[in-house]
Amino acid sequence: MHNFEFVKPSSIADAVAALAAEGAQPLSGGQTLLPTMKQRLAAPEVLVSLTGIPEMQGVCTGDGGLHIGGATPHAVVAREAASHYPALAALAGGIGDPAVRNRGTIGGSVANNDPAACYPAAVLASGVTVVTSTRKIAADDYFQGMFTTALEEGEFITSVIFRIPQAAAYVKFNQPASRFALTAVFVAKFADGVRVAVTGASNNGVFRWEEAEDALTADFSAGAIAGLTASAEDMISDLHGSAAYRANLVKVLTGRAVTAAR
Amino acid sequence: MPKDTGIGASTKRREDVRFLTGRGVYTDDLSLFGQAHAVMVRSTVAHGRIVSIDTSAVESMPGVLAVFTGEDFKDVGGNPAGWLINSRDGTPMREPKRPVLAHGKVRHVGDAYAAVIAESYAQAKDAAQVLSDATEIEELPAIVDMKAAAADASNRVHDEIPDNICFDWGWIEDNRAAVDAAMKAAPHVVTLELTNNRLVPNAMEPRASIGEYFPGTGDYKLTTTSQNPHLTRLLICAFVMGIPENKLQVVAPDVGGGFGSKIYHYGEEALVLAAAKRLGRPVRWTAERTESFLSDAHGRDHVTKIELGCTKEGDILAIRTETYANVGAYLSNFSTATPTFLHGTLMAGPYKVPHVYVNVKTVFTNTAPVDAYRGAGRPEATYSIERVVDKMCRELGLDPFEVRRRNLLTPDQFPYTTPVGLVYDTGNYQATLDKAVDLADVAGFEARRAESAKRGKLRGMGLSTWIEACGIAPSHLVGVLGARVGLYDAATVRVNATGTISVMTGAHSHGQGHETVFPQIVAEKLGIPASSVEIVHGDTAKIPFGMGSYGSRSLAVAGSAMDRAIDKIIAKGKKIAAHMLEAAEGDITFADGKFSVAGTDKAKTFGEIAFSAYVPHNYPLETLEPGLEETAFYDPANFTYPAGAYICEVEVDEGTGKVDVVAFTCADDFGNVMNPMIVEGQVHGGVGQGIGQAVLESTSYDENGQLLTGSYMDYAMPRADDVPFYTVDHSCSTPCTHNPLGVKGCGEAGAIGSPPAVVNAVIDALQRGGHSHVTHIDMPVSPNRVWQAMNA
Amino acid sequence: MTKVTMTVNGKSVSAEAEGRTLLVNYLREGLGLTGTHVGCDTSQCGACVVHVDGKAVKSCTVFAMDVAGSEVRTIEGMANADGSLGVVQQAFQDHHGLQCGFCTPGMVMTTAALLANNPKPTEAEVRHELEGNICRCTGYHNIVKAVLAASGQDAGAMAAE
Repeated sequence: MHNFEFVKPSSIADAVAALAAEGAQPLSGGQTLLPTMKQRLAAPEVLVSLTGIPEMQGVCTGDGGLHIGGATPHAVVAREAASHYPALAALAGGIGDPAVRNRGTIGGSVANNDPAACYPAAVLASGVTVVTSTRKIAADDYFQGMFTTALEEGEFITSVIFRIPQAAAYVKFNQPASRFALTAVFVAKFADGVRVAVTGASNNGVFRWEEAEDALTADFSAGAIAGLTASAEDMISDLHGSAAYRANLVKVLTGRAVTAAR
Repeated sequence: MPKDTGIGASTKRREDVRFLTGRGVYTDDLSLFGQAHAVMVRSTVAHGRIVSIDTSAVESMPGVLAVFTGEDFKDVGGNPAGWLINSRDGTPMREPKRPVLAHGKVRHVGDAYAAVIAESYAQAKDAAQVLSDATEIEELPAIVDMKAAAADASNRVHDEIPDNICFDWGWIEDNRAAVDAAMKAAPHVVTLELTNNRLVPNAMEPRASIGEYFPGTGDYKLTTTSQNPHLTRLLICAFVMGIPENKLQVVAPDVGGGFGSKIYHYGEEALVLAAAKRLGRPVRWTAERTESFLSDAHGRDHVTKIELGCTKEGDILAIRTETYANVGAYLSNFSTATPTFLHGTLMAGPYKVPHVYVNVKTVFTNTAPVDAYRGAGRPEATYSIERVVDKMCRELGLDPFEVRRRNLLTPDQFPYTTPVGLVYDTGNYQATLDKAVDLADVAGFEARRAESAKRGKLRGMGLSTWIEACGIAPSHLVGVLGARVGLYDAATVRVNATGTISVMTGAHSHGQGHETVFPQIVAEKLGIPASSVEIVHGDTAKIPFGMGSYGSRSLAVAGSAMDRAIDKIIAKGKKIAAHMLEAAEGDITFADGKFSVAGTDKAKTFGEIAFSAYVPHNYPLETLEPGLEETAFYDPANFTYPAGAYICEVEVDEGTGKVDVVAFTCADDFGNVMNPMIVEGQVHGGVGQGIGQAVLESTSYDENGQLLTGSYMDYAMPRADDVPFYTVDHSCSTPCTHNPLGVKGCGEAGAIGSPPAVVNAVIDALQRGGHSHVTHIDMPVSPNRVWQAMNA
Repeated sequence: MTKVTMTVNGKSVSAEAEGRTLLVNYLREGLGLTGTHVGCDTSQCGACVVHVDGKAVKSCTVFAMDVAGSEVRTIEGMANADGSLGVVQQAFQDHHGLQCGFCTPGMVMTTAALLANNPKPTEAEVRHELEGNICRCTGYHNIVKAVLAASGQDAGAMAAE
């Protein structure tokens, strides 16, 4: 990989300052960024590590729900969110493998918005507030297609605030090689309705399956979506699954998530 | 003899201590004074004409020491194929030159056409990128699909080979008419078209090589990730670089797995030697995993149509196949033997089938070279046979267990000459089948199926009865068949003056545990502690000769050589003992580490004899040389024929198509077993790879010849949660009749016998689950494929 | 180049590193600790797993500078003080949980971290937790047995069930 200057600030303010430099890029857990840099697909001139900032670490309840620091590793979320939001903790505990979970962070994952990543499904289904170094962004405004988000140059996620649903589950079907989601569905039931977010399936990245949301808001049971068909249009078709196969998975996994929700 | 050391004991592995403490020394762990780093520049297109390479673009970059291109090697030799195959019409195969670095044309993505040597790896890598950008390649249409390549003469991988066919082989051509007649007369014919999927071997240690040159003596040294350093030396010296064999030392230190992919000589090995000479410094190269995917020899990649003629009762009358075998862009060293003599000769399986004919067309394509990978030809044969036999059972409504029993050779039929040219020396295939049925609790299957159904899963069971030929092989036979090397092996047993022993073996251990098992045999035979025996391997300067480890041959061939050398040691010891004990040589017996005069209590220990051989004060010097060191070369009389029966149970998720292998049972006949723990470990590993092939692993090139599965992000390696605990048994043993240890070999069995058992189980699950239209799914039986098949 | 200091296997060490120097290169080339291996470029194979501040991480996917000042433990630091094999290492030898040895350091480090968090894992938990460590030799059978045995459970009985 290309060489770069490495900076590790200890406060959000210092990180903001460091990221103002020409060619600077934030580094969180690096579990996606490092392999990308090895392939020379990314070549920052300055890399600003966000892992040494105490105010971006940890899980706590507060205004609006569950606050998770942007630099909190998946393993910490899996452990510390378990009593507050079990479906989210289970999702975090199923990302990658143990070593990846010890480094990879929620902020990094949400910022990257890989179309096969897990967290975007939880973020979209939970209707979170994404808190950045400069502002707050609603989940529905945040995701803008594969690897694309509302984040501006130099802006980074300092925390994510999750609304806690009455019941929820995340069901992931692994891509057999990478163990990313070939398709995965997060179902969250709130007092004001059900949200269904799908990752891994669409060419446009994570999306809400609104037809299913309507059906499940009316009747929160797997049977409620039996008559629906997820459209294969715009679904990813690759080595591991055709568009039709992914569309099938969307429906099958949504049903399973509803059954598993608690 | 303590139970934890001799033949048949599950002695713990001594090599484990260094591996478990991080003190193994693999090639990339070595750091040499003054070393420079090589990075290969590889083609990003599958097929193209090299127009220009602007080396001036990098020569002045920081740290760059040298740049090599194909031009630098155009006057040296090519990396040869080790086996000459003739086509059915008698013409010899087409053998294009395989240069050290591509020259004129690039022929697959990953084909190295240049190399940059620099002070640091990072500098070499930076320069390689710049050189890649400074290279102009005129892209030509990629030739990817085998059948299309063979049909279209307008586009050629090698300009001099018009139809992209290497050879069109018939086995046995003289039997063809009789087989055709038997097929025509058969009351029922089953036809199956199937693919044996291309695999990437993926030894966990990527290939690596370090070249050194010593100007004072003109000697070269190559440290490399090899399964057979002597063969590598032979190929580099005699064919590629013209270095005298006594001027090149090849060392293969700890090697992190091979599975076939490290048998072969690769261009990087010649490159680092040439670079070391030019620079006067050690030059090292280590593959990144992506390079391994692009440039290691791949395995399998057959497309086969198999027909089986039978009676309505399921007696197999004839088998006929037509196979297209992909050899990739160049002929790797064993690539022509693998789809022919390691495949066609096994097409009778363990059955008494009177008529068999095999046709194999090998085709050049713009893909990585394909060569032997764990099992090499025999998994392809076994898969074809066991899948078509399973299909026969379904078409005729017959029980697959009964059909096997009906057709398996019986113990009284050995030695048995097959219609495809082998002589099976011994076996008891009914015994392993019965054992597998028992261990797998076939009787309890229905209950397990009902339990799976309650959880919404379709359960199925699949069987495979397999045989292989390994311990390759008698040199005179393989010579007749086209081999360009002998396939004996060698060992030197050196008894030191103090009674410790060094065994120099031509076998190479890259996970097989030779350092533990070979001493078990020496200790048993000489009645000394195994801890007194040290195994020396992997260094051409220390070992007389050797053909290396592959084809499950280490014990059967190199072990036999060691056994012979020990016999010579004992024979010489008897002469020394006779002199010391003042007895006739014929009266000396050797047992439990003592040379005794029969019928008396007069004896000398092994240690006393060894000491006397090196301090020959009381010694028959007039008739016997001092010293106690013997070398034996062993050339086997026949292949060995391990066989067994495998039973697999799967669960299929109807909603997603996901296949879970939930139980796997192996009953194998490996002949005598030296270390059961290690033998079981070999079977586990083979089955793990077989399940990988059957369920997970797919090597996919797109129509432009780009490898779509070039990393672990897309090539699905089996992980711990993809496989169950396996049940393995090797108690049904019929010792090999022609080698002194009675061993057959166990390294490849698991990978040979398991894929058809898995696929048969998946078809069984689907058929029982009401998807009766599904009669075949190609490997890997991925969720997507299984779902598509169910919903077709 | 900058001098990067950390504690490795209980000793304070320092070596030169660039920004792009990965922890695994720092260990192998900077400190000569070659027991930690590199088996892939995509953070999948796990041959490079070490512990950073007690947690398993893939040292090929961490910059050395990012863990400056940390406590790092590698395979070279896993034996007992008297040099004998540690519990996990011994279980791997006893149960033939390694063949070529290349993935072994990562397997041992992952296992040690797993057992620290979950002292009596089930077979399914072991298989799940080993998801990020690829072995091509063993078919995992004896690795899973070794992990169960290292946890003090009757691995033989669990494997036979």
